[in-house]
Amino acid sequence: MKTEGKKRVWSDYQKEIADDHFFYVRSCIRQSFFPGSEQFFLHFMREVLGKDVYENPSHTTCTGIGYHSDIVPLSTIMTVVARHFALMKEEGYKNIAISCVTSFGIYTEIIETWKHFPEELEKTREYLFKATGREFDVPVNMAHTSDIIYKFRNKIAEKAKYRLINHRTGDPLDVVEHIGCHYSKMFPKYGVGGAEFPNVLGGMIETWGGNVVDYPERRHCCGFGFRQYLVQANRGYSLSNTVKKFSSMKPFKPDLVLTNCPGCTMFMDKWQYTMKEMNGTAYGENGESIPVLTYEELAGLVMGYNPWDLGLQYHMVQSEPLLKKLGINYDPEDKFRTRDGRQMPVPENLINA
Amino acid sequence: MADYYKMLMQDVRFREGLNACMNCGICTAICPAAEFYDYDPRKIVDLVQSGNNEDIENLLKSETIWYCGECMSCKTRCPRGNTPAFVVMALRTLSQKLGFFTESEKGRQQFAIKRTVGENIFKYGYCVASYAVSPEMHLEQGPIWKYILENSNDVYERLGGQINELGEGPLRKIPDDAREELKKIFEVTGGSELFDDIEIHSKRKASEMGLEYNSEGIDNEYFIEVFTANNNKHHEKS
Repeated sequence: MKTEGKKRVWSDYQKEIADDHFFYVRSCIRQSFFPGSEQFFLHFMREVLGKDVYENPSHTTCTGIGYHSDIVPLSTIMTVVARHFALMKEEGYKNIAISCVTSFGIYTEIIETWKHFPEELEKTREYLFKATGREFDVPVNMAHTSDIIYKFRNKIAEKAKYRLINHRTGDPLDVVEHIGCHYSKMFPKYGVGGAEFPNVLGGMIETWGGNVVDYPERRHCCGFGFRQYLVQANRGYSLSNTVKKFSSMKPFKPDLVLTNCPGCTMFMDKWQYTMKEMNGTAYGENGESIPVLTYEELAGLVMGYNPWDLGLQYHMVQSEPLLKKLGINYDPEDKFRTRDGRQMPVPENLINA
Repeated sequence: MADYYKMLMQDVRFREGLNACMNCGICTAICPAAEFYDYDPRKIVDLVQSGNNEDIENLLKSETIWYCGECMSCKTRCPRGNTPAFVVMALRTLSQKLGFFTESEKGRQQFAIKRTVGENIFKYGYCVASYAVSPEMHLEQGPIWKYILENSNDVYERLGGQINELGEGPLRKIPDDAREELKKIFEVTGGSELFDDIEIHSKRKASEMGLEYNSEGIDNEYFIEVFTANNNKHHEKS
């Protein structure tokens, strides 16, 4: 059988992901709301796989949230990102690992802008030099950190202590995956599977034993909408879009929602609380809400990390129903303890608690 | 009257985002904003490509251009390779430059975003950081968020964070020299000028509306007005 044509057709949906030597850039939202996720990524890469992942303390926000709420001009964000590339160059790194889907989208937009408008690249070089005296190269390989977990998903499966299977029934767990709009809707070639067949999370779920749920609003926005959440008066937009999504997935009875983008994780977790407060609606089974996990949190659970070191207790929707399905023998006494084991106060009115 | 189309053409996002629209409406079909607001990205693109200067000025002063959530779903689907959201971003930038944004309730909100996210960038080196997300302004974050902020050091320490300490790690303190570089980048590239434009025009509007305006912070009548005002008519079909 001739396969050349097929290979050519599918080449647009493949992504080359670097194997080692990453310049790691954190996310404003992931480090604020899900710091345990970033720490899992670094621990897994450095200690389990023995990879070189470098973090520069001088790395700052990319200003992406400001850019997409239109208070930061394009020329400014291009130069801020160019500064990050300069830090990479100075430390000798060519592969970038990005922890935020908003940032990832920004990086793809900027690199594509420089390709389409080379004069913008030259202008950015001048701006950066004038402002900081720094010079930069465009990265050779650009990955979202989920791309990297996807690349090593089989290694995780090899080391798995748990599979995404209901240990009581033996059935695969039904998992909703939400990849986040800016991962591949803007520049599909940068995402695993592009915009039509995004497989970055689906690949993890299937490799670890779960079933990916297909539902009508699978690719709908989580509802963030930047200014539509940042300003209190606009939050009806944000909440309404999340409700549209959850109403669509509810009949499929998902056991969990797996997310790519830190903002999406936060909204899909917190808006479930809001809906329950507003009108008593819960979108899971038996009056429960659906746990929403980052891909790092799920990988950590599969590998047997302590859920409380991953930070699952700091979501609004608590994960115990999921932990029980997975057969994870967690310690409830350890849930709200400090690093050195001191008991902390126990928060009240959490969901699924 | 200034030539607004010509001004828009100076923005590469506008040149990239607008080729030729055939009015098929796929962008509107897929748009999360069109679902809940009186909003139709197809109409925006069609109006702008007509090049009618008066219509463009009205658009720059309207509520309409502020409804988009910049999810960019329209970019994927346009059969002509247009990006209505890029057109909207160029319109918003121009509206702020010319001071037209204060003519609409949704446009005036740029002041609130500048005073929160915008100033976080210089103060902390982050757009968003846990300590800048107050539970009072974000009730939807629920009791867990209040708890996290009340127990910040213990919560983040267990998860590998180091709030306000130099070095690697989540929520580390961004060094002064790095924040200084950010500030210089804003000065050189027009970022500070946009911040100034937002302030100047907001101050003027606050005076017109008879509301108190302070040169900094969020504890003033104009901030509270633009952050919370909602005429509840944005979803009604015009």
